[in-house]
Amino acid sequence: MLLIPCPWCGMRAQVEFTYGGDATVRRPAPDAPADAWVAYVYLRDNPAGPHDELWQHSAGCRQWLRVRRDTRTHEILGSSPPGDPPDGDAR
Amino acid sequence: MTQPFRLPQGGIVDRGARLAFEFDGVRLEGHPGDTLASALLANGVHVVARSFKYHRPRGVYGAGSDEPNALVQLACGARTEPNVRATTAELYDGLVAASQNRWPSLAFDVGAINGRLARLIPAGFYYKTFMWPGTPRWWLRYERVVRRAAGLGRASAESDPDSYEHQYAHCDVLVIGGGPAGLAAARAAAATGVRVIVCDEGPRWGGSLIGDDATIDGGGADRWIADVTRELAARPDVTLLTRTTAFGCYDDNLVGLVERVTDHLPAVPSHLPRQRLWKVRAGTIVLAAGAHERIVAYANNDLPGTMLAGAAATYVRRYGVRPGTRAVVCTSHDDAYASAIALHAAGVDIAAIVDARDDDELSGTLPQRARALGLPIAAGTTIAGAHGGKRVAAASVAPRDGGPARRIDCDLVCVSGGFSPTVHLFSQARGTLRYDEALAAFVPQASPKPILPAGAANGRFGLAAALAEGHAAGRDAAQRSGGAVATLDAPRADAETRGAPRALWSVPARHRGDKRFVDLMDDVTADDVALAAREGYTSVEHLKRYTTLGMGPDQGKTSNVVGLALLAAATGRAIPAVGTTTFRAPYTPVTLGAFPGAHCGAHVEPTRYSAMHDWHVEHGAGFVNAGLWKRPHSYPRAGESPDDAANREAKNVRANVGVVDVSTLGKIELQGKDAVQFLDRVYANRFDTLAVGRCRYGVMLREDGIVLDDGTTSRLAPTHFLMTTTTVNAARVMQHLERLLQVDWPSLDVRVTSVTEQWAAAAVSGPKARDVLAALVDIDVSNGAFPFLAVGECRVRTAVGHVPARLFRMSYSGELAYEIHVAADRGRAMWEAVIAAGAPFGLMPYGTEAMSTLRIEKGHVVVGAEADGRTTADDLGMGKLVSPSKGCIGKPLLARPALTAADRWQLVGLTALDGARMPRAAKIVADPAHPLPNPMLGHVTSWCWSPHVEAWIALALLANGRERHGEILWAVSPLVDAKVRVKVGPPCFIDPAGERLRG
Repeated sequence: MLLIPCPWCGMRAQVEFTYGGDATVRRPAPDAPADAWVAYVYLRDNPAGPHDELWQHSAGCRQWLRVRRDTRTHEILGSSPPGDPPDGDAR
Repeated sequence: MTQPFRLPQGGIVDRGARLAFEFDGVRLEGHPGDTLASALLANGVHVVARSFKYHRPRGVYGAGSDEPNALVQLACGARTEPNVRATTAELYDGLVAASQNRWPSLAFDVGAINGRLARLIPAGFYYKTFMWPGTPRWWLRYERVVRRAAGLGRASAESDPDSYEHQYAHCDVLVIGGGPAGLAAARAAAATGVRVIVCDEGPRWGGSLIGDDATIDGGGADRWIADVTRELAARPDVTLLTRTTAFGCYDDNLVGLVERVTDHLPAVPSHLPRQRLWKVRAGTIVLAAGAHERIVAYANNDLPGTMLAGAAATYVRRYGVRPGTRAVVCTSHDDAYASAIALHAAGVDIAAIVDARDDDELSGTLPQRARALGLPIAAGTTIAGAHGGKRVAAASVAPRDGGPARRIDCDLVCVSGGFSPTVHLFSQARGTLRYDEALAAFVPQASPKPILPAGAANGRFGLAAALAEGHAAGRDAAQRSGGAVATLDAPRADAETRGAPRALWSVPARHRGDKRFVDLMDDVTADDVALAAREGYTSVEHLKRYTTLGMGPDQGKTSNVVGLALLAAATGRAIPAVGTTTFRAPYTPVTLGAFPGAHCGAHVEPTRYSAMHDWHVEHGAGFVNAGLWKRPHSYPRAGESPDDAANREAKNVRANVGVVDVSTLGKIELQGKDAVQFLDRVYANRFDTLAVGRCRYGVMLREDGIVLDDGTTSRLAPTHFLMTTTTVNAARVMQHLERLLQVDWPSLDVRVTSVTEQWAAAAVSGPKARDVLAALVDIDVSNGAFPFLAVGECRVRTAVGHVPARLFRMSYSGELAYEIHVAADRGRAMWEAVIAAGAPFGLMPYGTEAMSTLRIEKGHVVVGAEADGRTTADDLGMGKLVSPSKGCIGKPLLARPALTAADRWQLVGLTALDGARMPRAAKIVADPAHPLPNPMLGHVTSWCWSPHVEAWIALALLANGRERHGEILWAVSPLVDAKVRVKVGPPCFIDPAGERLRG
């Protein structure tokens, strides 16, 4: 069970969080072409290495946060509010 | 003579007390401090099991949790436990144990015939057999026989009567292992003031030091153990856990420990859990878990009376038991000499110590001491084979490099092929291993997590090294957590010189058919390893799975490294190139009950109750689960079945008035100047046109255009809304809204709060609802003042005074209806006031079953039934709700051709003809006699007996359904052979114009 650093509550156990998917995809404009929406809803990369993802501290402060996690080792490199990228090796 | 092999003194057993126990029906005796294995050995019981495949007689092989042979069935009835290691089962008075895997008896086992068939059943034989003549039916016949032969012990078929606890703990330093390295580490860490947890899988502290005559800091080892544990016990920040195995190391230094609280007691006291699962988050782990002694694969190395050298010494020193009378010790390293010396001191005749190393390699302290005692040492020699039937009778020894063998009579063979550091948890923590040629062992290399191996677990053998390394590791671990700088000296033991070990994995077979076992538990021989290599299973993971080497309950602790070394030799590779298999938790078996702990039965998940729950119970309601909530199904009266009650309640709503508890629906408050814009984006229909004091039915779509949820949202003030959701989707919708506001649209000024539990809610429905409300609230509820979809505040007259409430005029049943929301702690008072006010009008409470009947008659769709994750708003007849004048979530992908195709399944109503009952979960076909596959035109989503129509009705999804009103089709359920004629019509069976709602 990972320890996830909530930017507001500090280091908490994974069981308090809900996973929210890839943080690097951007919501298309409502009038964007269908391909952009299909990619946003259905298509995801599967990178090996540091990857930004969203979690919600659902059993805590109810905030959404962005976590940079290495998908090979599960090492968590940093976390931040959803708008800002976390510190750590760029991705 | 009882206990013929018990030594008159020595060991930690209490000879003053006697314990009676039973093995295979024979009553025997032991002492407190014994394990089942030591007591059996003391009584001269040398055959304790039959091996897994060949059913060969087996005796006790080791003295710890790595035991591959002595597995027994312990206790009876609901507490019976299979595959218990006799070497770790603590003896208690009245213990009952039985051998496993033999019929009719241990002494005469029919299964031994497998030994004669050995050539037909090598490793992997079942991948090549049980296929003739080739049809699946034959495999099922073979399977019945194979199933009876499979496995070792039997699990109880009764419920586990014991309780298990969970304990969470945090510490700065977790020391795994209570031997010399572990105790030195705990002592050093605790001295700096940090929080320390120490655990050992055995019942006492000391590990390999128990019963040892070594000197530490000038005193005896047992005194040192007592001093250190007393010191540790006196410190408030130190937790000492015996009988506790660290079974797994997980992310971020989370370690699972299982503490066997009462397994060693004759009966489980009712106030104690049987076992306690600890989830420990440790700052730094010190892994002082020791090392496992290894097997050597020579012919007949499994005869009873064969034992690991270290185990033989343990039985002498710790338990005061002589494992035999005349011993041959086979080794290739120094530590086995300590065993020979201990056995000699206990009166065992050492017939020979055969060491594969040459004479000039035997210069270490221990071999010298053995020589000085006059023990016969044969250098450059290995054991070529053992001889005997139900017990070893002789060993043949021969020069290491080949040559004539000579026979030595003996009844005890002590084997030691070297030591493998116990690196399991280090590897689970993503630590890497390296093969040390000099030690002939895999040792820890590096770990990304703070886990420090110390002592034998780190490949540093010998007492002096264990103490020094343990002390250093404990001190370093404490420093990492900010412990005070240590001034404590490391404990010291006498220095000793150690000769280098030589790798000894196996000895060549001299006769065809000789079995040289590598894995005793799964009956895997050296020939099986060679077979796997020949057949192309050259990866160590394939070797494991093809031969089952290391897959038994002992997980190959004494055999894995030998197996992979033999594979390396067979495939011409170096051992590091072969590598080890993946180490997986649990380290030793953990009983299943420990994992859920208290979360069993009704406590698997929390149960949620409405504020009016007790009233429902008092009035005879039966309950159903809606998610985690308990909701009343119906309120049966005397002599009524639940279905009769539901029908009575539904009829009464349409004729008079009823009240239903709707507290469980999700309620979300939204406030902020952008609330309207947010609602417009989230809902498919428009909310900017919703006036203050009004509510509106809304549908939410998923991003892919499919219906997500529905509910009613009310405008309480210009920028203040209350949204309701379905019961089961409340949490999901809340999370959805929070994500949109925090991640996707952070510039919107909206705040959302869940208030599901804060409000109790009741819906009063029926033609006389207004009469009831008029008697209940203090506002004007006439149709002009409070029309359909009005929302307002009022006060409810209850027995505890006027209670503030929110009042909503909306209807789920299709009748004139009002929803009353009050603060949850006033819920029961409100409910009772409704019941009282409704009495003159024939008001009855109704449950979810009647509610379901009413909404099916009205054609209201339900998430989970009609909105099943595949249907669009248009499929459900709500296409017009998707506003063309604005965007919303889901709109872009809703335009996809497949979601707007003409032949999509659309919502219709079905009425069963001929007075028939609608089949359960029926499919719709044109002709039930059509040969399979019968084209499916649709399926039924909800069905019920309709008191209003007086027939069975259903809502269904039907291909092109809206064009098919009036058609007669069939609703079939092939699983129960039901078929019913149904008439297709609009999905509404009462008041399609909605006059009852708006009056």
